[in-house]
Amino acid sequence: MLDKTKVGHQFNPFVIDIEKGRLKFFAKAIGETNPIYFDEQAALEQGHRSILAPPTFPFTIELDGPELLPVLTLLDMDIGRVLHGSQEFEYFDNIYAGDQITVAVSIKTIFDKKGGALEFVVLESSFTNQAKTLVAKACNTLVYRN
Amino acid sequence: MSNITLGSQLPPLTLPAISRTTLALFAGASGDHNPIHIDTDFAKKCGMSDVFAHGMLSMAYLGRLLTNWLPQAQLKKFSAKFVAITQLQDVITCSGEVVELIDNNGESLAKVAIKAENADGQSTLVGEALVSISIT
Repeated sequence: MLDKTKVGHQFNPFVIDIEKGRLKFFAKAIGETNPIYFDEQAALEQGHRSILAPPTFPFTIELDGPELLPVLTLLDMDIGRVLHGSQEFEYFDNIYAGDQITVAVSIKTIFDKKGGALEFVVLESSFTNQAKTLVAKACNTLVYRN
Repeated sequence: MSNITLGSQLPPLTLPAISRTTLALFAGASGDHNPIHIDTDFAKKCGMSDVFAHGMLSMAYLGRLLTNWLPQAQLKKFSAKFVAITQLQDVITCSGEVVELIDNNGESLAKVAIKAENADGQSTLVGEALVSISIT
């Protein structure tokens, strides 16, 4: 069973530079056709200050920290048994290429179902830009197959 | 946008079949390097028959569905449950429907039920978005 005393644990915050090239690569990988997500000129012409990060990009920012999903190490989880259960985002402002985003992740809760056969870890994240504006929050539920 | 009413359908989005290349590109671009999505040997060791798609790939497709419909700045909340695994060669279609109109202190919001499903009609992701519709 996962160590429930880790509920409330706050991982070390980290800062990620939002790079144009990375946003272009992400847009290509998801088949994006709207140029504001990969062409800076098109983004500027539509009133944006640079290439716009798409709605699920905060999850990628979170994965770009110093360690991929540090919760796996903290709770001694085997990555091959982890599934993504659900994901939520709440938005307060756009994220653009050139921004510096500070990511703070904590463990909101840990619970189990089916007599412990499935365990759930809920992570909460906040995304704050270089102007100290909270731009997004996210909530990520991981499912652990025992 | 006056043409958004209860029951409004979002223009659906059908994606090309999921290939190993799709998954390799998404692993690199998204930063999700979990080998279960890109390394068949590893996936088999974990009891899966083969690699399978990242849930967040289909959620990104749902994001495209939403931002094809309205400017992203109008998107306030976006959530999805990953209800079934998306397999190689699956053809995913994303769709959505306005299920509730909400007046939040003068701001008009629409709640949209969204889903991704495979060609057999099985839902893979089921979710919800909250969009502002008063500024258009």
